[in-house]
Amino acid sequence: MKKEWPLWEVFIRSKSGLHHKHVGSLHAADAEMAIEHARDVYTRRNEGVSIWVVESKYITASDPADADPLFEPAKDKVYRHPTFYNLPDEVKHM
Amino acid sequence: MNTDAALQRYLLQLGDNALILGHRLAEWCGHAPEMEIDMALTNMALDLTGQARALYQRLAELEGKGRTEDDIAYLRDAREFYNCLLVEQPNGDFAHSMARQFFFDAYNYALHKNLTQSSDEWLAGFATKALKEITYHLRFSSEWVLRLGDGTETSREKMQKAVDDLWMWRHEPNILSEAEEVLAKTGVIPHPDAIKAESEQKVADILTKATLTIPTDDWAQKGGKTGLHTEYLGYILAEMQFLQRAYPGLEW
Repeated sequence: MKKEWPLWEVFIRSKSGLHHKHVGSLHAADAEMAIEHARDVYTRRNEGVSIWVVESKYITASDPADADPLFEPAKDKVYRHPTFYNLPDEVKHM
Repeated sequence: MNTDAALQRYLLQLGDNALILGHRLAEWCGHAPEMEIDMALTNMALDLTGQARALYQRLAELEGKGRTEDDIAYLRDAREFYNCLLVEQPNGDFAHSMARQFFFDAYNYALHKNLTQSSDEWLAGFATKALKEITYHLRFSSEWVLRLGDGTETSREKMQKAVDDLWMWRHEPNILSEAEEVLAKTGVIPHPDAIKAESEQKVADILTKATLTIPTDDWAQKGGKTGLHTEYLGYILAEMQFLQRAYPGLEW
């Protein structure tokens, strides 16, 4: 009987200064193996300088059925966007 | 053998080790126990093929006969290949492939670490670049020897069998060829004792940590470095070279 390895979520930082971004998931027996697999599966084309992995079961997700009460109220509040400020050119990655 | 001839032969030794082991790893493509491992093995195969390519290009440049790296890979017969016998051994099961990889990586890592100090500037540069790839290969294969050795009863049995079966092929990399004797004297390649001591230490450490029994029979099978191979190399070459032999000069 085959026992499946647990699922891990992979986050890659593409270059220094940027934040880690979710890129996908993979199977691995433990954290160390998950890092190696992430390196082999998700950074083959020079995508990253840093990897985070977290076992998928530790991620708590919002319920899609709750979408309306969670997200709908924010939709008509444009004044929450800081669109009236001028950003200096020197500020990157905003 | 003069220094020039020795260096050219040595480039073939290194290149053939990389090409043949790369081919063996590529045979796992689509067959590995997990998709992630499939990717890992083919990544390593590509690293090794890339190393072989660089070494053959350098050889072609030095000999100046107008050959290309492809001619060197595809148009030589088994007796003109100088890889050690270990790398041409069949894949077997995953434990077998990982034990083979580990034995080779332990040697290859120590070799390239020391080769970065070579008096030959090109070789030193090549080693510096290749060492990064080889460091990862060694990490990957060591980990699998540990995981399977210190794993379940079945996995331990398989890894122990792989270690026992491959043991006699393991020593050849550290037995000097005529070319290596010449190059070691002139500082082009590192002192062989240093490489041997370091790789032996690594093998002993990992096998012990993996709770495996270290075989005591140290009889060493050799021949690859003089062009005498096991029956397996012919089959590898038949598959690898078929297209260029049947359709000379064919390109993608």
